[in-house]
Amino acid sequence: MKGIIFDIKRMALHDGPGIRQTVFFKGCPLGCHWCHNPESRSKNVMCLKVFETLNSIEVEDEEIVGREIDSVELMGFIQRDSLIYEESGGGVTFSGGEPLMQPDFLWEVLTLCKKHEIHTCVDTTGYSSWDKIEKIVPFTDLFLYDLKHPDNEKHRHFTGVENIQILKNLSLLDELGKEIWIRIPFIPTINDDEADLLKFLAILAKLKNKPEISLLPYHKIGSHKYTRFQLPNLMHGVEEPSGISVAFARHFFENEGYHVTIGG
Amino acid sequence: MNTRIALLRKQSREAIPTLSAERSQIITEYYKSSRSRQVSVPVRRAEAFYHFMEYKSLCYNAGELIIGERGPEPKSVPTYPEITVHSLEDLETLHNRPKVSYKSDDAMRKIYEDEIIPFWLGSSNRDKIFARMDVDWIQAYEAGVFTEFQEQRAPGHTVLGNKMFKKGFLDLKNEISEAIQKLDYFNDPEAYSKEEELKGMDVAADAIILYAKRNKVLLLQLAYQETDKDRKIELMEMAQICNRVPSHAPNTFHEALQHYWFIHLGVISEVNPWDSFNPGRLDQHLYPFYARELAAGTLTEERARELLSSFWVKFNNHPAPPKIGVTAKESSTYTDFALINLGGVKSDGSDAVNELTYLILDVIEDMRLLQPSSMIQVSKKNPDRFIRRAAQIVGTGFGQPSIFNTDAIVQELLNQGKSLEDARNGGASGCVETGAFGTESYILTGYFNLVKVLEITLHNGLDPVTGKITGIETGQPEEMKSFDELMLAFNKQLQHFINIKIKGSNTIDRIFAENIPVPFLSLVIDDCISNAKDYNNGGARYNTSYIQGVGLGSITDILTSIRYHVFNKKGLTMHELQEATHLNFEKKETLRNILLNHTPKYGNDEDFPDEQATLVFNLFHAAVNGRPNTKGGYYRINMLPTTSHVYFGSVTGATADGRLAFKPLSEGISPVQGADRQGPTAVICSAAKIDHLKTGGTLLNQKLNPDLFSSDKGKDVVLHLVRSYFRMDGHHIQFNVVTAKTLREAQLHPEDHKDLIVRVAGYSDYFNHLSEALQEEIIARTMQE
Repeated sequence: MKGIIFDIKRMALHDGPGIRQTVFFKGCPLGCHWCHNPESRSKNVMCLKVFETLNSIEVEDEEIVGREIDSVELMGFIQRDSLIYEESGGGVTFSGGEPLMQPDFLWEVLTLCKKHEIHTCVDTTGYSSWDKIEKIVPFTDLFLYDLKHPDNEKHRHFTGVENIQILKNLSLLDELGKEIWIRIPFIPTINDDEADLLKFLAILAKLKNKPEISLLPYHKIGSHKYTRFQLPNLMHGVEEPSGISVAFARHFFENEGYHVTIGG
Repeated sequence: MNTRIALLRKQSREAIPTLSAERSQIITEYYKSSRSRQVSVPVRRAEAFYHFMEYKSLCYNAGELIIGERGPEPKSVPTYPEITVHSLEDLETLHNRPKVSYKSDDAMRKIYEDEIIPFWLGSSNRDKIFARMDVDWIQAYEAGVFTEFQEQRAPGHTVLGNKMFKKGFLDLKNEISEAIQKLDYFNDPEAYSKEEELKGMDVAADAIILYAKRNKVLLLQLAYQETDKDRKIELMEMAQICNRVPSHAPNTFHEALQHYWFIHLGVISEVNPWDSFNPGRLDQHLYPFYARELAAGTLTEERARELLSSFWVKFNNHPAPPKIGVTAKESSTYTDFALINLGGVKSDGSDAVNELTYLILDVIEDMRLLQPSSMIQVSKKNPDRFIRRAAQIVGTGFGQPSIFNTDAIVQELLNQGKSLEDARNGGASGCVETGAFGTESYILTGYFNLVKVLEITLHNGLDPVTGKITGIETGQPEEMKSFDELMLAFNKQLQHFINIKIKGSNTIDRIFAENIPVPFLSLVIDDCISNAKDYNNGGARYNTSYIQGVGLGSITDILTSIRYHVFNKKGLTMHELQEATHLNFEKKETLRNILLNHTPKYGNDEDFPDEQATLVFNLFHAAVNGRPNTKGGYYRINMLPTTSHVYFGSVTGATADGRLAFKPLSEGISPVQGADRQGPTAVICSAAKIDHLKTGGTLLNQKLNPDLFSSDKGKDVVLHLVRSYFRMDGHHIQFNVVTAKTLREAQLHPEDHKDLIVRVAGYSDYFNHLSEALQEEIIARTMQE
């Protein structure tokens, strides 16, 4: 079966344990203002005009974003690093976009990974029907589960969707005892004040198991992509968080007994 | 480090390399004597060496704990006119050149003009070599098809084993006299040659003992004058040490270091060997002394650290002998390639890492000196702690220690026919070269420009850069019907040049064997004494000659371009490609962009390009491996460049991988600069596709951003990459931790830095992929560190 991906990053170090490959699925139901990979939103393959400078002469070129790939071919690629996964305690991470936008393809590749005893992570927004998640649970070792905003209204404002289903799925996953790392993009003026943090804590407090927390401080890394892909950038005026505010947030969660990492 | 070590280190770092005529004068004086004409060649060489050790000036640097300099002072470098006699123009060039210069004064030049040049001109070993090389060799050499290590430096390239940490030179003299007594003139036709060689060795042993005694006398005088009570005692102790070693086997840690240092000075004073010399498995050799003394309370960790630090300074005081011409281009560095080996396995195969290993790693980090180079040998049996500690030092961004695969080295040596024990006692020296320490002569004969051979093939025997017919006719490339046909032509051309190279090397080997035996070096390398044969004449237990392939990444990408565009996709003709390279891609930017950015490249773990790497590697291996040399050993290959990839690039026109004319080739087995875009894991997978175990060393360089080392996970990345690559039988990997300076350069020339990875925030990415603003920010971060 075939799916559409837009990149495979080798030697991914921040999408789960060990040295990993991260496979980026194309297509996302959310439209986060701060998105680092805006080219992933559309589920279609795109063709862009770019320029290369050679000997100070500009040469026109095209860049294809996204490609269709067969699960067997993808599996072959993933397996190239099997030995490195073994040595480093790594594996493969399916990210995006939203991998659950292509649930059957994701399921198929996950089952193949487990057949080959490769550690699997799914990095998800959680915005999906529960049955799709339930189906991949047996083949997913670790969920990297994004919580963008604790407040439903703000969630809708900044990501385009509500967080009700997301939180419901999180609690169901937790019920099943799955290993979960919560990933929180930490963004000044959007979700960084104490009230927001308290609401995040309230959500986490309802879970039976204490998940790992990854705080991902907002970074303007996306901005060049907005120019490159000619997309409107809605983050003008938002600065990167200061080291102090990141440290504050970290202690905030650590005081409640959570293990926190910064930057995944 | 304490004050006195800091001062010694400062003195060493600030000393300017100068040339000293002292050795040339003393050696010439001996060669002019009637005595030198009365004795056999080995005895003559030994007596010349003795004469030098008897009359050379002694040097004492205040506060040092290890004594002895090759020249009159730190970084004062002697010359070796019997091997290479420098002209006044050479001295001028050495003095004035902007990089790797050696200063000389009028007095030195006067001595050269009046005494040295008139005596040696036309009769130095270098003169003999160039007079003997045939037209084919000269033409290929001048075209930059290969270089020749021995043209102005003697064969050296060996490492001390454990023997000399258990023996003194008086023991060796006993062995020599026994060997002479056993000579069988009735049945052994070589008895005379053997006796002369053994007599030479005996004189050489006396020479080093004499030199130590001279130092003892100096130290006693210094002690007498010394007003500081503690230092006075220390100087007395040092005098006592010089009285004991190297005559006798060392008893203490301090003695062992001084003992080695005398041997080192002997080897690099006798001739100008390339590489210099090397204590090899230092932690293994010293550990018994360290453990014993620590237990007895006669040595503390701090004292051991101080002694090692003083020892380290000694190496740094000794830049490589001056190199000129092509030799300067292929190895443009002061480094003389003493490579300290740490870790690995013991001769019984067990984990060799000990507490002294970690102490020496501390010294490496603390001293942060160009010389000696250092490396860790990593076996599957070594603990992760060992690699983590080394990775921490690598993370400080000074390129040391480099990291080697012991299990691969052992297999490489076994594959070459060494005994299991000798293989386990081996390691790597120089850059990455595999050797059985203490028992092998494994000389490098020269770098071999694989890309040039292809360029000549693509011009049917003509070198397009010089316009001369340099190779043989192997067919017009435009008329070739298949990629296989091209590879057949390349292979013919390759065999042709390898034959020329081997003929040259075999001749040069004999010129050295007959004119420049090295009785001193022969004393310390087994089994020269029991074979009664010189190191330069096959006396060592194993004798290997290496030819070092250069430009694997470049030739792979060139062949891949041709195979992909001309024979597979047929979107380009051979003619179009050739034309574009002849134009150096001027007005062919679109084509060049296709070659650079839309053509598979080696280093990304793609099978299509990597097949060409394996193909070229196997042809090169087959052309060289197992050919006999003149010393009872064989030719082998390894893959390393030092700086020859820059030189070889400078004589090679534009190439079908998109490389512009005269730009550097790829180095070692690393991908073309910027062609690897999938990160280090893909690089190691690509690099592991060639069979490292068939070589005597391969060199893989990887760049990492210093930021990666600031997190625990980052440090483990090095550990995991190393373990993974070594499980794939990779031989060596070195991590270059880049600085802001490099990033600045990357901004100016992004096309040369496509593989530069930076840690951004929560993820890592290629520097080129980032906006200018982000690049600026990362540079700012790097500068803060």
